[in-house]
Amino acid sequence: MLKIENLHARIDDTEILKGLSLEMGAGEVHAIMGPNGSGKSTLASILAGREEYEVTEGSITFDGVDLLELDATERAVAGIFLAFQYPVEIPGVSNINFLRSALNSIREQREEAPLSGKDFLAKVKECAQLVELDGKLRDRSVNEGFSGGEKKRNEIFQMAMLEPKLAVLDETDSGLDIDALRIVSHGVNSMRNGGRSFLVITHYQRLLDHIVPDHVHVLAGGRIVHSGGKELALELEEKGYDWIVDTPAAQQA
Amino acid sequence: MKSETNRMSAAEENPLLDEFTRKEYEFGFTTDIEADKVPPGLNEDVIRLISAKKNEPQWMLDWRLEAFRIWLGMEEPDWAHVQYEKPDYQAISYYSAPKSKVPLGSLDEVDPELRATMDKLGISMEEQKRLSGVAVDFVMDSVSVATSFKDKLAELGIIFCSMSEAIQEHPELVRQHLGTVVPVKDNFFSALNSAVFTDGSFCYIPKGTKCPMELSTYFRINEAGTGQFERTLLVAEEGSYVSYLEGCTAPQRDENQLHAAVVELKAMDSAEIKYSTVQNWYPGDAQGKGGVFNFVTKRGICETRAKISWTQVETGSAVTWKYPSCILKGDGSVGEFYSVAVTNNAQQADTGTKMIHLGANTHSTIISKGISAGNSQNSYRGLVQIGPRARNARNFSQCDSLLMTDTSGAHTFPYIETKNPTAKVEHEATTSRIGEDQIFYCLQRGLTEEQAIGLIVNGYAKEVLNKLPMEFAVEARKLLTISLEGSVG
Repeated sequence: MLKIENLHARIDDTEILKGLSLEMGAGEVHAIMGPNGSGKSTLASILAGREEYEVTEGSITFDGVDLLELDATERAVAGIFLAFQYPVEIPGVSNINFLRSALNSIREQREEAPLSGKDFLAKVKECAQLVELDGKLRDRSVNEGFSGGEKKRNEIFQMAMLEPKLAVLDETDSGLDIDALRIVSHGVNSMRNGGRSFLVITHYQRLLDHIVPDHVHVLAGGRIVHSGGKELALELEEKGYDWIVDTPAAQQA
Repeated sequence: MKSETNRMSAAEENPLLDEFTRKEYEFGFTTDIEADKVPPGLNEDVIRLISAKKNEPQWMLDWRLEAFRIWLGMEEPDWAHVQYEKPDYQAISYYSAPKSKVPLGSLDEVDPELRATMDKLGISMEEQKRLSGVAVDFVMDSVSVATSFKDKLAELGIIFCSMSEAIQEHPELVRQHLGTVVPVKDNFFSALNSAVFTDGSFCYIPKGTKCPMELSTYFRINEAGTGQFERTLLVAEEGSYVSYLEGCTAPQRDENQLHAAVVELKAMDSAEIKYSTVQNWYPGDAQGKGGVFNFVTKRGICETRAKISWTQVETGSAVTWKYPSCILKGDGSVGEFYSVAVTNNAQQADTGTKMIHLGANTHSTIISKGISAGNSQNSYRGLVQIGPRARNARNFSQCDSLLMTDTSGAHTFPYIETKNPTAKVEHEATTSRIGEDQIFYCLQRGLTEEQAIGLIVNGYAKEVLNKLPMEFAVEARKLLTISLEGSVG
């Protein structure tokens, strides 16, 4: 469903991704781990279509479509969702209204009829329960005055509402206490199915205790330097990144 | 009223997004109606002609001539943070009236051209009547062409008519109140308006009467090169209440059009006036060519425990010079000012309010939200004055500015003068840049850029928009979004 080949990208004059390749099948959960500054969040931003990043080489194909030809909105319509590391606040716009506008915009662009108020609210109720988001947070302005954990739960709530094909979770575990981590992970796990893929970007292994990946990749120096199964995460936790990053493959990067 | 707008805000906050495709000024059309127009220029003969055409009593003519003589001795102010080429006051025609001026018994008798214009403005009167219970006094150019709901209002003793009609039918009331809030010599534009005003609205709410519907007037500049000098006088007697809506659109023009209106409000003891404006005069093209100059004097006086609330959404005009003000004369009176001012392209706005606290225990609130896009300049200018008698006066001011581009400007000029030590005056101001991060967040959720900006800007202005009556709030949200289309840079 997602195929990234030899991706090179830069912001301003700094090259950050230097030949990244990655392939994901439908329904798979892939984790991307790596040291700070290795390009993890850059990858997330590029997948979502952030324009500050310039792709200089390589390709990204999503469901057979050249993703780089689509703008951010079109990618969302195509089914890509990014759970932000730092969700922004939008004062004066209620969470519920924001989501309704988003959902109906996507439906309109897919030439589907807008969701009725009743169906929308039923869906809100269902998805909010998933991440234990209470009514007050749904009605408040988008992320305004939310705690770190509430913001992340709100991201997963939005993901549940929008039902993407590919969800990219950018350091969703950062700033979460154990309870919030459990709630967020539960939300993600209940959304796993054969048609939906997850790209879980994280610095720490602990998230992967809750969201168990099919594949783990190590991103270092702008490329994937090592891939393995879920046990690789444990190994990284124990040994750190140095033993992989110091390999000849990584040094070339 | 309040609960209604609040309920609406949750459900209707969604900007009406199907409007996005239009980039040109939406109401830029002209109506092809023959007009009765005097030649350009201003002198005593022109004033006599205007007065004669309107069949005015002698006192009115004398008042106008006195105003004209005062105006001749005044200079156009230049302290505002705006730059424009001063109009040639001798090149303007001071009177224009649609020719088909027969008294109309019902809306069906209105000229079909006018009806079509109203439809384009989205204010089909029939619909307004049915759906919202709003009585509309539609001013096209300088003469009222249709007034509805008059009978119903008359039963309650409420007078809502054109100023011309008021001068004929209720001369004692007009004479008693006209110019008592905004004196002729108050400023250059008020003096000019007093000399040459051709029409406007008059509204009188008798003692203890709550006006059962929102009163609404739509202004529209229609005739090329015609100055607009509207005069509005609203008197709310003791213990009465009225909500008044004023909305403006103007057709596209190549030459600048001058609009110098005067609005006077009088709220007697314990009366309340809520005055809402959505202003959408033609702003000119991207270079600022051809827009309307909007130099307006709006002021209200509050007697004991009276309340005046100004709410304005300003999106139009090439140059705006406007400070709806409250003189809090009576003890315990309340003044409020809620404003959203949007400037785009080459627009310039210098707007704000004056809260003059004279009485004891007077309270005022100022919430101003400026939005600057393109190369525009947006200034808030506000005066809070606490007089020596104004024990325990309170003011809270909040002035926020939102910048959409690097090339636009936001300025705040707050003036505070306190002559009573018990006064409490608070002023808060913020300036923020519309965030790329906010926009990207919206795009990632599937919104288009226009939708994203509409949502963010409407959220920013929500505190003010929520003060508008429902029909107006919907229109205002559309306007905000349309006027900022494609403006993030």
